[in-house]
Order: sequence, then structure tokens, then C-alpha cells
Amino acid sequence: MNTIYFDNVSATPIHPLVKEAIITYLQRDGFGNPLSQHHIGDAAVEILDEARSKVAQLIHAGAGEIVFTSGGTESNNNAIKGVAFAKAKKGKHIVTTSIEHQSVARTLRVLMRMGYQVTAIPVDKYGLVDPKDVEKAIRNDTILVTIMHANNEIGTIEPIAEIGKITRARNVVFHSDAVMSCGNIPIDVDNIGVDLLSIAANQFYGPSGVGALYVRRDTEIVPIIDGGTQEDGRRAGTQNMLGIVGMGKAAELAAIEMEERNSHLLTLKKFLIEHLKTIDEIYINGHPDLSLPGLVSFSVDYVEGESMTIMLDEEGICVSTRSACASGSLRASHVLIATGRDYTTAQGTLCFSFGMDNTLEQVSKALEVLKKSIAFLRSMSPLYKKK
Amino acid sequence: MQYSEVVMDHFKNPRNVGRIENPDGVGEVGNPICGDMMTILIRVKGSRIEDIKFSTFGCGAAIAVSSMVTEMAKGKTLKEAMKITNESVAKNLGGLPKNELHCSHLGVDALHKAIMDYYSRKKGEGIKDKRVEYIGERKGKCYCPYCDTEVPKATPYCNKCGKPTLEH
Repeated sequence: MNTIYFDNVSATPIHPLVKEAIITYLQRDGFGNPLSQHHIGDAAVEILDEARSKVAQLIHAGAGEIVFTSGGTESNNNAIKGVAFAKAKKGKHIVTTSIEHQSVARTLRVLMRMGYQVTAIPVDKYGLVDPKDVEKAIRNDTILVTIMHANNEIGTIEPIAEIGKITRARNVVFHSDAVMSCGNIPIDVDNIGVDLLSIAANQFYGPSGVGALYVRRDTEIVPIIDGGTQEDGRRAGTQNMLGIVGMGKAAELAAIEMEERNSHLLTLKKFLIEHLKTIDEIYINGHPDLSLPGLVSFSVDYVEGESMTIMLDEEGICVSTRSACASGSLRASHVLIATGRDYTTAQGTLCFSFGMDNTLEQVSKALEVLKKSIAFLRSMSPLYKKK
Repeated sequence: MQYSEVVMDHFKNPRNVGRIENPDGVGEVGNPICGDMMTILIRVKGSRIEDIKFSTFGCGAAIAVSSMVTEMAKGKTLKEAMKITNESVAKNLGGLPKNELHCSHLGVDALHKAIMDYYSRKKGEGIKDKRVEYIGERKGKCYCPYCDTEVPKATPYCNKCGKPTLEH
């Protein structure tokens, strides 16, 4: 059975040159501690610095503004809690959206239990937030605005450059969860005016379990992992050198190949959407243009998501769903509900997220299996009435 | 998802899918809002389940459970069928992943509800789970009779509160 991997939002495969870089490092020594005072430590520092500057270049930041972490979740936790605790004396109000990733949403819920106040701005049917609503929500005691760059479920790209202008004018720290966007669409931290940005390597063909937090110079933030002086005192603990080597190489390749990759992804995306429209009672989620180039989220009426993913998986096709059963939460996706999808239709949502290795032939095969699966499941559904 | 071979078989080749004209008992459980909904229809002859059919909106485990529970109940007496438990269904399926066990409860509940419905119809108590037979209509728009949200005309369930709006 040939694997057709359409689940890049969960993790991207590792680029062959990234694998090579990690193996080369392992064969060299693969273990040096950058804080050591001898030549093995020095060699590790060189490797760390190189990776750091590659990640910085990807977002046009200074190397000293990159803090390596264990991934997007830690970066989000660090950014939000770090600012909340640093600025507690100034105020305790945070502005966000209703469609953030769990690592942002749950972190904010924890802060609310500690006495912080959170305003979650609603989104329109495309999942877009209006910068004017952000401006209206900012108060005198607002210390942080945290709004994701691109949504991981429906792919919508938020207008963060406009939001950055507002936060600059109002002197509020601006964090953006860029886990889905960094390495996939161009980012220049000065153009978008962010103070903090969360990055994850496994979204641009690097390994899982490693990421970074961009921290603009002079941003007040406290660490959430305390201990030694690594990462300039911003994040303690000996670094994940294997992961970081991979991340640096992946960042370098992302910068070079981004345009070519995206043009290919858009071709696949357009093809899929065109053919999805031939299936009745299917709805495409997200914005038609302001969207990640490789992500297609769609909801199928009368059918539940997990049952569709099983049928696709039986033919080797890997996709993701956000149905209640699949997420274990017994609730439909908060993102889809926020865009106005009704609960039942939201349960039948699939997300196809393409990668640079996918082909049109694979998409055709998947469509064939999908159509059969939908027909089969609809015939069993109490909600489907044959017309 | 890690499903046993038996579960995958019942999912890909479900037994007893469909409807029964004028069923003797109807059991419906779950709610599309929370992601699983099962309807079981039975035809009773003497005191045995002569025929049984299901329709399900739900995940792989839900479909497999519906198929297995109807297979276990077909041909049994009503008393025997009432004794079927969710554990025996899960066991016959070779086990279910932990977070899918609630599906096995739903399947057995639907079967038992169908049997109880048959008993209450027999007693002349009429259909217990009384369904509203129409959607309230005002000014050309349709409204859910329970929570008064606007709904599309031919919807079997109100998408806001999950209550049924039409007789299927």
C-alpha cells in the first residue's frame, strides 16, 4: 500500500538535506554542550550559532532575537505567560481571537484563573479578524495582544501587519503564533510589527520537538523555564542540538525554496477544490485567497469526520479531521463553530494539507476514494435523505 | 486509529444497514451535535426480533458497534436482547479504543430503547419518545419548536439545541 501523506499540518516529512545535516552532525560528535569551556563545547557553540542565524534570516530578525524552544507550544506558553507575568503591575488584560490554537487558548484560560482578563475577538465566516475590533478591544490595562498568523484548521491568514500598526501605536506587546506560517509564507518581523513570534520546525520539513520564539530586542518577558544561563538567560536547559541542527538547515532551505514550493502547493489546492465542488453538500472552510497555499479544509454534510479518515487511511491516504470522536473532546471544533459552521456539519470536516512531495495524481486518487467513502457513509446515515 | 480487525470488518462491511417500513419499535440515541447518532428499528414476531436495521451518523467505532449489536440481537427473544451489554458488544468486537467505549453504550442503549418502545406501543401507551411532527412556521421561515432558532425547512434536527424536528 502506497502512502499518500496529506497531513502536513500535523507534521511535515523531514527534508532529505535536513536528514543529511543531522546525520553528519551525529557522525561528527552530536553531543557537545555549548556551555562547556573546552574545544568540544566551542564546536557546539559554532553549530548553535549557525542554526540560530539561519532561523533569524528566515524572518529577517537579528540572531540574538531567536530563543530555541521545544516547539510551538512551548513558544506560545513562554510568550503569553512571560509577558503576562512581566507586565502584571501595568495591567492584566489580554486581547486574542476565538480561533487560536489550544496552546494559546488553554494558556489564556490558566491565566484567567489567576486573575487575568481575556477578550476573545470573534471572526467572520472566513475566519478573519477585523483589525478595527482589535483596536476597540485594547484598554488602558491591556498588556498583550496575541493573534495567530495563519490558522491551523482552516488556513486563514490574519491581517497581522495592520494589527501590528495598532499595537505599536497603543504601545501594547504583540505576539503572533506563526507555527503554521513561518517557513511557509514570507515573514519580515519589522514589516508586520510583531514583538514575539512562535515558530515550529516540523512545519517546514524540520524535525518535531524543536522550535523557536522570536523576542524583539527590549521586549519585557520572563522565562518560564528557569535554571542555567542558556539562550542568553531566556530559556534554561541544554539545547536540543540534534533538533536545532535540523531546524537550522530546514530554515535555510525554506527561505530558498519557498516560492517554488508554494506555486506547486497552490496547483494541488486549486485542483482539489475544483473537484470537491462536484460533490453535493460539501462546504469549503476558510478564505478563498487569504489562506495557506497547501491547506484545504472542507465539511461534508451527513457524515462524520473520523469515519472518513479511516476509509481514506485504508487506501493509504493520510488526512486529519476535527470531529468530536477524533479529538476525544466530545465537542466540535471551536474554530469551525466560530466561523458559523453548524455543529453537525462541523463534525464532518476533513483537512487536506499538502506538502512539496505531493502530486496531482495522488490528489486524483484521493478524490476517487473520498467520493466512494462519502457515498457509502451517507447511505448509512440517518440524516441523509436520498433525493 | 488503532482498530481491531473485527471492528474494521464491521465498519467496512456493516450488517443490517437500512430501514424497516412501519417498524414495531424505534430506538434513537445520541445527537449529531456531539458527533454520534444511532437509530435502530425492529420488527417483532412472537417475542423474537425477526428483523433489525440501523442507521448511524458517527465514527468508525459507532458504525462497527451498530453493526455488531444488530447482529447480536437479530433472531433473539426480546428478553435475551435486553440482556445484551455494552461490554459484550465491545468484547465481540475484539475491544475498542478507550475513548470510543461510549459508542458501545450508545449502541446497546439504542437497541434497548427500540425494545422498550415496542413494549409501550403494545400496551397502547403510544409512541413514548413523542416527536413533534412539524416545524413551527412563521412569515415563511421555519423555527425549531423547542428553542425557537431559525432552521432550514427540511432539517431533521435543530442545529442549535439538537432536538428532533420531524418524524423520519
